[in-house]
Amino acid sequence: MNAPQSPVADTVLANAGANDGVPPVSASRVWPSWRVMLGIVLPLLLAAGWELAVRGGFAQGRLMPPPSRIFATLADLVRSGELWTHVVATLWRVMAGFALGAAAGTLMGALSGSSETVRRLVDPTLQSLRAVPSIAWVPLFLLWLGIFEASKVALIAVGVFFPVYLGVASAIEGIDRKLIEVGRVFRLGRVAMVRRVLLPAVLPAWLTALRSGLGLGFMFVVAAEFMGASEGLGYLLTDGQQMGRPDRILAAIITFALLGKLCDTILVLLTRPLVRWQDTARGRL
Amino acid sequence: MFVVEHLSKTYADGTRALADISLKVADGEILALVGGSGCGKTTLLRLVAGLDQASAGRIAVDNETITAPHPFVGIAFQEPRLLPWLSVADNVAFGIADLPRAERDARVADALERVHLAEHAGRWPRELSGGQQQRVSIARALVARPRVLLLDEPFSALDAFTRASLHGHLLALWEATRPTIVMVTHDVDEAVTLADRVVVMRPRPGRMFETITVGEPRPRDPLAVGYDKAKRRVLNALDRSLKTAASDATAKTASGASLWW
Repeated sequence: MNAPQSPVADTVLANAGANDGVPPVSASRVWPSWRVMLGIVLPLLLAAGWELAVRGGFAQGRLMPPPSRIFATLADLVRSGELWTHVVATLWRVMAGFALGAAAGTLMGALSGSSETVRRLVDPTLQSLRAVPSIAWVPLFLLWLGIFEASKVALIAVGVFFPVYLGVASAIEGIDRKLIEVGRVFRLGRVAMVRRVLLPAVLPAWLTALRSGLGLGFMFVVAAEFMGASEGLGYLLTDGQQMGRPDRILAAIITFALLGKLCDTILVLLTRPLVRWQDTARGRL
Repeated sequence: MFVVEHLSKTYADGTRALADISLKVADGEILALVGGSGCGKTTLLRLVAGLDQASAGRIAVDNETITAPHPFVGIAFQEPRLLPWLSVADNVAFGIADLPRAERDARVADALERVHLAEHAGRWPRELSGGQQQRVSIARALVARPRVLLLDEPFSALDAFTRASLHGHLLALWEATRPTIVMVTHDVDEAVTLADRVVVMRPRPGRMFETITVGEPRPRDPLAVGYDKAKRRVLNALDRSLKTAASDATAKTASGASLWW
């Protein structure tokens, strides 16, 4: 028995393989360099304007130093090796806090997202705690964990925990029921369902949550390093304030910005292969 | 033999979705379920697939009772439901992961060859058209070699040309392995083109109204007199099934002897 052989069907069948309205396969785009550079145009313009204003005598630049002075300070900090000491200290704290917070947030998010009972048990409490400002934890953590690294890492972990928890729990709750049914049709057990359907399905949301968590980790590290630190970019900020050196404060802020962006970019590059299947508008907008 | 005996489904809120459905489908037969909205076609398919539990009655394939998803039963849904993080080949292989790699690869290659998508094996689902995705979905259901293949309006979202093409693909696949096919459709032409028998259902609660045998040999010519007769019988039964005055007793099964002519 054969397929229908009406003229229309024949034509359609003959073309079926090649003429199904296939969307073109996305080719990797080579972005023009000017578009890559677009992001730094605004800060460059602002910096150049301020530099000209100070050099032209329109502003003193005492409380807001011109870019040349900030970069000179930054260069001094690099040459003396002081900057690296602060960067390494801050990075270690962020990474340790990020690892703890992300692990705990993922675990709790997974439990809360997949179990109604756990969600009802823990979610109201966690949502209340989420609203507590980071700085409010500082005295408590100092009392509990002392003035050294443990309290700082714990504070950062708290900052990372909540966006990761929320992202994972929401992603699990939002998994397409239809994809779960595909797993059920093929009789996947609980572990296989998690490994082959649930984890890949929540992966994009989890990665976004990790990026949010990392961003918050960098915010919380400042509060953490206000807790009696002797090194770290947060310490550099307070040191600049106490010494009346706005150039050091701004150098620390710029380093924070660059470090945060660098870490985020590394996270994105490391995880991009995991979500290359996504049908996103990236590269088309 | 695929058998449904006195199958009923009542939801927790008291809604009766299906009432006393009984069916016997021979090995290799294609059965189409048609009917108005809410007549329980999809509910019946979900019960057979083991995705929902029946309130009463029994479903069996070759005397083995089906109460949960079973290797004897495969299903292709209205939407392709491909897993977007898997390549086309991995999607097809999804249900046969337990097989040795060599056999799995061979089966996947064969299934993709049969749906004319071998050259797309390494692509992401998003890179395929709707028709191609649906072919992958059918290949995924068939690669596990089920004895009963359930199709829940698999072509409804596609344009007429792609649908005609897929009818051909489906019949070619069916010809190769001859699974029993139970398909839900809203398209009377599709039912008459593909099915050996068309079961017309009526709603509230969903139940069988009339069974019409399509005696035409395949491939079926839509312009042939026999095709046209079968189509009119199905349309007529559908029309009567939606009239509240028509009782189930007025319907006849098998040959449709009570029809308008």
